[in-house]
Amino acid sequence: MGFMDKLKNKFKQNEEETEDVSKKYKKGMEKTRNSFSGKINDLIARYRKVDEDFFEELEEVLIAADVGINTVMDLVDELKMEAKRQKIKDSSEIKDVISEKLVEMYYGDDDEKIEKLNLQEDDLSIILVVGVNGVGKTTSIGKLAYQLQQEGKNVLLAAGDTFRAGAIEQLDVWGERAGVDVIKQSEGSDPAAVIFDGIKAAKSRNADVLICDTAGRLQNKVNLMNELAKVKRVIEREVPGAPHDVLLALDATTGQNALSQAKTFAEATDVSGIILTKLDGTAKGGIVLAIRNELEIPVKFVGLGEKIEDLQPFDAHAFVYGLFADLLEDGAE
Amino acid sequence: MAFEGLADRLQSTMKKITGKGKVSEQDVKEMTREVRLALLEADVNFKVVKDLIKRIKERAVGQEVMESLTPGQQVIKVVKEELSELMGGEQSKIATAERPPTVIMMAGLQGAGKTTTSGKLANHLRKKYNRSPLLVAADVYRPAAIDQLETVGQQLGMPVFSKGTDANPVDIAKEALEQAKEANNDYVIIDTAGRLHVDEDLMDELQQIKTAITPDEIFLVVDAMTGQDAINVADSFNDQLDISGVVLTKLDGDTRGGAALSIRAVTGKPIKFAGMGEKLDQLEPFHPEGMASRILGMGDVLSLIEKAETNVSEKQAKELEEKMRTASFTFDDFLEQMGQVKNMGPLEDIMSMIPGANKMKGLKNAQIDEKQLVYVEAIIQSMTKKERQDPSIINASRKKRIAKGSGTSVSQVNRLLKQFSEMKKMMKQMTGGQKGKKGKGMNLPFM
Repeated sequence: MGFMDKLKNKFKQNEEETEDVSKKYKKGMEKTRNSFSGKINDLIARYRKVDEDFFEELEEVLIAADVGINTVMDLVDELKMEAKRQKIKDSSEIKDVISEKLVEMYYGDDDEKIEKLNLQEDDLSIILVVGVNGVGKTTSIGKLAYQLQQEGKNVLLAAGDTFRAGAIEQLDVWGERAGVDVIKQSEGSDPAAVIFDGIKAAKSRNADVLICDTAGRLQNKVNLMNELAKVKRVIEREVPGAPHDVLLALDATTGQNALSQAKTFAEATDVSGIILTKLDGTAKGGIVLAIRNELEIPVKFVGLGEKIEDLQPFDAHAFVYGLFADLLEDGAE
Repeated sequence: MAFEGLADRLQSTMKKITGKGKVSEQDVKEMTREVRLALLEADVNFKVVKDLIKRIKERAVGQEVMESLTPGQQVIKVVKEELSELMGGEQSKIATAERPPTVIMMAGLQGAGKTTTSGKLANHLRKKYNRSPLLVAADVYRPAAIDQLETVGQQLGMPVFSKGTDANPVDIAKEALEQAKEANNDYVIIDTAGRLHVDEDLMDELQQIKTAITPDEIFLVVDAMTGQDAINVADSFNDQLDISGVVLTKLDGDTRGGAALSIRAVTGKPIKFAGMGEKLDQLEPFHPEGMASRILGMGDVLSLIEKAETNVSEKQAKELEEKMRTASFTFDDFLEQMGQVKNMGPLEDIMSMIPGANKMKGLKNAQIDEKQLVYVEAIIQSMTKKERQDPSIINASRKKRIAKGSGTSVSQVNRLLKQFSEMKKMMKQMTGGQKGKKGKGMNLPFM
């Protein structure tokens, strides 16, 4: 069974559930899909032969998706070898290999488990959300809180962004929408103290999950990164083993700087996963592959819109399916 | 991270070329390939890169680079010139309406920094031009966006017009204008909601606001970290709103900011301001020149090249290169070099302009003590002509004499002799095309 068939079957198996998810991805990523797979289709139509020109243009398609030049060159090199090994000469045959490589590259030796939250059974789980300014931390927290609440979890939020004007109010609104309480202090107070309060409240209320918001900060601001490390230390001290997840919110429109963000935030807070936000625009979010490839940090969630239910668990297959939906549909049979 | 500036990138290519006398078309091809990679790593859109590379190649294959003495530096210069031309000159003027209030409308994607920038602009207008702006909260969608602008207004002590989240942004804008007239606010800054450029309904809303109040300026606010998509975003907003300028935010981060180039290339509109921090006074006029350097990741290598050019004549440089290659570099040459370097200004300045200089072994913690140079000069001047030509003849008694003559010690003389012989070795490596790991320096005349 070919890779594409496997993918198709995967989607047919849990039709109801998966259908929904893949529709979301498809809808959210329609523009992405159109331009990305459209380009690959163009490419394939134009080049019957798999030759240097073909690979050069493939390189361009991937670069345009913000995949990152190093990853692109690795990928293209691998594809070249693969094409040689499998003696692929006709470009229509190579598209299977392209998506296969992308998924393979993404998972490496791991599997889908890396996309799950590290939630504790019967005990408090703490999730710390970090990221640069304007990527959508607070919005993502609102969506995540809603999702966990829907799953029957008792969720609490801590308004750790005490710096930006209106940030506490913003989280408050999301808390209301999601139907969860928000622990907060006034603007300008010490974020570590707010988080400390949040943990105390979570313990006394027997909450299942505490999600901690933090102020956006550019990763080259050493003082602010130290402040973040301190917040994490407070969590570690109060609850051994916590934070159970540190999620880096990453704007899908971000270019190569996303790598620097992931690296620096990981150094300060040991990031366990990424929330890839704003993937409903035309941005391709390809940098995710580079981050996974170079830093081994997986994506756990994808933001596909402004509504409270527009946060989806990341699924690399669905992601690639979204990118390659056209290819899958008119190929394979 | 694997980010290298263009100068770093070009170094390995340059090493191959140095000492070759002439540069081949193949060499130029290799250099432009490095230029391409550097620009792509900086997030310049690949289409823009393609056009640029084409032009750079044309100029490079022509006489400018191939016949130059320092092809690598010439390539950088050509690239920088092309980039600067594309970026245009500095333009940070804000329009003034004939009949106040002047209306400025802010637009952009979510999270670009519109609200913060609105506050910064208002502050800028008041501080620099003594204006009294009215901030208008027209983002009725994002939770607490109005609160945010109101807080910003409070911090600045400026009025904020808002009608809550149930009002229509078009009505808000219109009413705000009326209020500004009554209250004698000479500027009105309208903070709109962040929206995707492909969201037809919301883009339509912006057009309606535009039609209703005919703004004098429409600023597109763009995150400097934006990747390849910058071209689509800028193009759509410009297409639908005919923006008058761009504000590039979060430029205080460590992004190369190639988006700036993409935006310029696709819209032709000036980038007027740069957001340089979270505080409300951290808005600066945008400097296109500096941006070109930043995108290339090269510190201020250009001004260094210019300095070198004006202070070292071609003939001198050529002779020196010949000497370096044949290892016939003497203490006399060294003295001459020192003189030239001194002409270029304080050494520390020069060092700071060399990209990657602080990464170089040995140079990392090198305290450059200009006084030491005086001693070095004195030591060399205390040598005989013969000794300067051939330091190997300097024995113990000669060392003693030199030390005495220069007012230094034998150990200082020894140190200089050792450094000199090491330097000669390094020069041989740099110019001989050997794979010396130390040969990382720029091909600058004094190194």
